[in-house]
Amino acid sequence: MHIDWLHFTPVSSLLGGILLGIAAGALFLNSGRILGITGILEGLLTPTPEDSPWRLTFLLGLLASPLVAKLILPADLLHAPHIDANWAMVIVAGLLVGFGTRWGGGCTSGHGICGLSRLSVRSLVATLSFMGTGFVTVFVIRHLL
Amino acid sequence: MQRVIEFLLGLTFGLGLLISGMTDPGKVQGFLDLAGAWDPSLAFVMGGGVLVGLLGFGVAKKKIISFSGALFHWPKVTQIDRPLVLGSLMFGMGWGLAGFCPGPALVTMASGNDKALVFVLAMLVGMVLFDRFKKRDN
Repeated sequence: MHIDWLHFTPVSSLLGGILLGIAAGALFLNSGRILGITGILEGLLTPTPEDSPWRLTFLLGLLASPLVAKLILPADLLHAPHIDANWAMVIVAGLLVGFGTRWGGGCTSGHGICGLSRLSVRSLVATLSFMGTGFVTVFVIRHLL
Repeated sequence: MQRVIEFLLGLTFGLGLLISGMTDPGKVQGFLDLAGAWDPSLAFVMGGGVLVGLLGFGVAKKKIISFSGALFHWPKVTQIDRPLVLGSLMFGMGWGLAGFCPGPALVTMASGNDKALVFVLAMLVGMVLFDRFKKRDN
C-alpha cells in the first residue's frame, strides 16, 4: 500500500463529512427520523399521506444540491464524477446495491453515519461487512482482472 | 415550515456529499483500493460525519420528543442476523463495482449524469425485487 497524495483531500472531505453529520443529527433532532437514503426510499414504496411528505421534501433538497452547488460553491471545491465501470457493470452494481441495502436494512448513511453515531453494534457489523466486500471487489476488478 | 427544514437538510446532505468527494466513484474506488494508490479521504468523510453525529444523537438521547413535536423513531432492531450481514456484503460488492452508494448516486443523477441515472434505475429495480422475494418467503 502507498498513499495517493495527488488525490488526497483531507480538508474538503472532512468539511463535507461534517455537513453530512449536521444534516443527520439535525434531521433526527428536528423530525425524529434517521437519515438513511435506503430507508427514506423504502418508505416511499408504500406511500401514505402522513409519512411520505418529509421523505419527498428531503429527497427534493438532495436532488437540488448539484444545481445549488454550481451556483454557490467555487468550482475547484467540486469533484467531477469519474466512472470507470461500463454500462453492464453499472447495471449489475445498481441491482446489488438496491437488493443488498434493503436486505441489510441500510447503506452508508443509515448504517454508516447514523448507526455509528448512535453507537449501534448492528450498524457497525453492517458497515464492516459492506466495507469488507467493497475492498475485495475493488481489489478483484483493479488487480486481478 | 417543517417541509422547508427537511428540504434544507436534504440540500445540506447533498452539498456534503458533493464537497466530500463521495459523488466521484473514482474517488470512492481510490479509497477502497488498498493494494493500489490508496486515497484515505473517505475516512475523513466518515470521521467528520460520525463526530458531529455523535453530538446530535447524544443530545437526542437526553430528550423525550423532537423539536417538531414528532416522536423519535429510534431503530428498534438490534440483533445481528444473516439478512444484515448477507445484505451488507452484497451492497459492498455493488459499491465497489461502480463506486456508487444510494445517496451519491441520486445526487450525481440529478447533476445530469447518464450512468448514474441507469445505476439509480437498476437500484430501484433491486429494491423492488427484494420486496418480491420477501413477500414470496412469507
